[in-house]
Amino acid sequence: MTPRVLDPGTIAFLIILAVAAIGVPLLNLATQDSSALHVPTYLMALFGKYVCFALLALSIDLIWGFCGILSLGHGAFFALGGYAMGMYLMRQIGGRGVYGNPLLPDFMVFLNWKELPLAWWGLSSFPYAVLMVLLVPGLLALVFGWFAFRSRVTGVHFSIITQAMTFALLLAFFRNDFGFGGNNGLTDFKDILGFNVQADTTRAALFAISCVALALGYVVCRVLVSSKFGMVLIAIRDAESRARFLGYRVESYKLAVFTISACMAGVAGALYVPQVGIINPGEFSPANSIEAVIWVAVGGRGTLVGAVAGAILVNYAKTTFTSGPLAPYWLFLLGGLFVGVTLWLPRGIFGTIAHWRAFRRSRLAEADASDASASAKPLAAE
Amino acid sequence: MELRTTPTLLYLDAVSVSFDGFKALNGLSLTIAPGEMRAIIGPNGAGKTTMMDVITGKTRPDEGEVVFDGSHDLTTLDEASIAVLGIGRKFQKPTVFDSHTVEDNLRLALAGDRRARTAVAWRESAAARERIGAILDTVRLKGARQKLAGSLSHGQKQWLEIGMLLAQDPKLLLVDEPVAGMTDAETHQTAELLRTINAEKTVVVVEHDMTFVRALGVKVTVLHEGRVLAEGSIDQVSENERVVEVYLGR
Repeated sequence: MTPRVLDPGTIAFLIILAVAAIGVPLLNLATQDSSALHVPTYLMALFGKYVCFALLALSIDLIWGFCGILSLGHGAFFALGGYAMGMYLMRQIGGRGVYGNPLLPDFMVFLNWKELPLAWWGLSSFPYAVLMVLLVPGLLALVFGWFAFRSRVTGVHFSIITQAMTFALLLAFFRNDFGFGGNNGLTDFKDILGFNVQADTTRAALFAISCVALALGYVVCRVLVSSKFGMVLIAIRDAESRARFLGYRVESYKLAVFTISACMAGVAGALYVPQVGIINPGEFSPANSIEAVIWVAVGGRGTLVGAVAGAILVNYAKTTFTSGPLAPYWLFLLGGLFVGVTLWLPRGIFGTIAHWRAFRRSRLAEADASDASASAKPLAAE
Repeated sequence: MELRTTPTLLYLDAVSVSFDGFKALNGLSLTIAPGEMRAIIGPNGAGKTTMMDVITGKTRPDEGEVVFDGSHDLTTLDEASIAVLGIGRKFQKPTVFDSHTVEDNLRLALAGDRRARTAVAWRESAAARERIGAILDTVRLKGARQKLAGSLSHGQKQWLEIGMLLAQDPKLLLVDEPVAGMTDAETHQTAELLRTINAEKTVVVVEHDMTFVRALGVKVTVLHEGRVLAEGSIDQVSENERVVEVYLGR
């Protein structure tokens, strides 16, 4: 039977998220700097970044954990969402740029461009930017997925072409004449919806909105995986040809879930950019996408909550290590972590917990069954 | 071959498939009548599995006709459409959804809407639940209802897969080596199960196990080098000199 959308784990997760969404901004805004409870703004921005990464991890878990699609290029969708938001923020600078051009962002003036490229059209409007945040990653996933799934590209072959996709985008965005700021990317943001992006209140709001987005993403994932749609995804993951011979059009399911996942990654990127204040082509780097997959593997794929926890844990470790004397060794540590998890904890942290609980439940059920048959025997003898 | 007034359910005419020059099927012609149970035997490489692949849309034939139910040209359809038309296939190696319960495996196989866009809002009907119960009875898995399919024994997995075929409610069942790796008792039960199924559905069984084929007691088609070598009752074909030659080597 399909599980309930709001199981106890989901409710607990949503409560924690609500507490964080209200608590962290409150501790930042309503406490004195000297107070022991005060959450400094830099820390709130850092947490906000983790929450965005958690949403990216969630989007990867939806396709990898439930449908077996390992995308090693999901960072591309994240970056595209980020660029859409970055372009909106660039347009908000208006005449306050270094060159004071009311229409063109600084880098375009520097390149001696006379008019706004077509791709930038409409991005001074926030609703249009939000639409692009969903539409651009979604459309790319739809077209890319349509070709890949229709041609039955699966497994490692699919992973490799997603790497190629994000690498191709990385190279394209590095070019100045591509029209997205080239190597430097987009930065020096001033306002979002008329609010100063640097202000504590704006940052607090962005943090809370990120938490809400993560909660929504989580609920969307739960709705999908607890429906028959989710049952079919797992069926495809377990035995794709069996699903096909039962009459399920596997490519439609894969395409649908891949596109939804790309939109989620786009939203994560869009919330990430105003909080870190920059988006550049480095976000398309294949290593970023692989790192995101590691978060999911560490937390436990196919558990949703594990993806979120993995993203936050690994990034917290990254922050801690890269700011200390161990900084040069961070990549070794990350690599070691992945190897370690693969060898000794193949289900990830939450996957292992879920497995143990399922194991205990089945043991209890078997004990119950043997009790029942033991008590049934004397009755039968009568 | 006897003439029937009813149109044939499955019609293969001069079907050829080659892989890199190797002719897996070489002008294979075969007809299966509605309600029939047919056993297909043949040495390794005779083209049995390729024949199944052609019928279920996994492999496109180079030439020849494959017609289902008098009107559907199977050479132009994909696996999913063919499955929905009413052809169910059991693989040689039992293939079930390991991380779903036995019940959910059947639930997924149950005939009905297969579209992705309606799957999110899907709700199970009481009739569907009843049908799952009935199939669990037929394939003797009632006790394992809530078990994960991955934890079943080999024989139970084979039955679950047959149960999934039943749930699909096909007109034609293609069953590839159903008793491979089964104990004698399980083999016997499987023969019985297939006969029960045959009361309502047309069945094509590919099998190596001669005792099993004999137990089924149906018309046998012998394939060799991608075409039909002999056809008839098990006693007739086992007395056929060519068949003996092919099986025992020249």
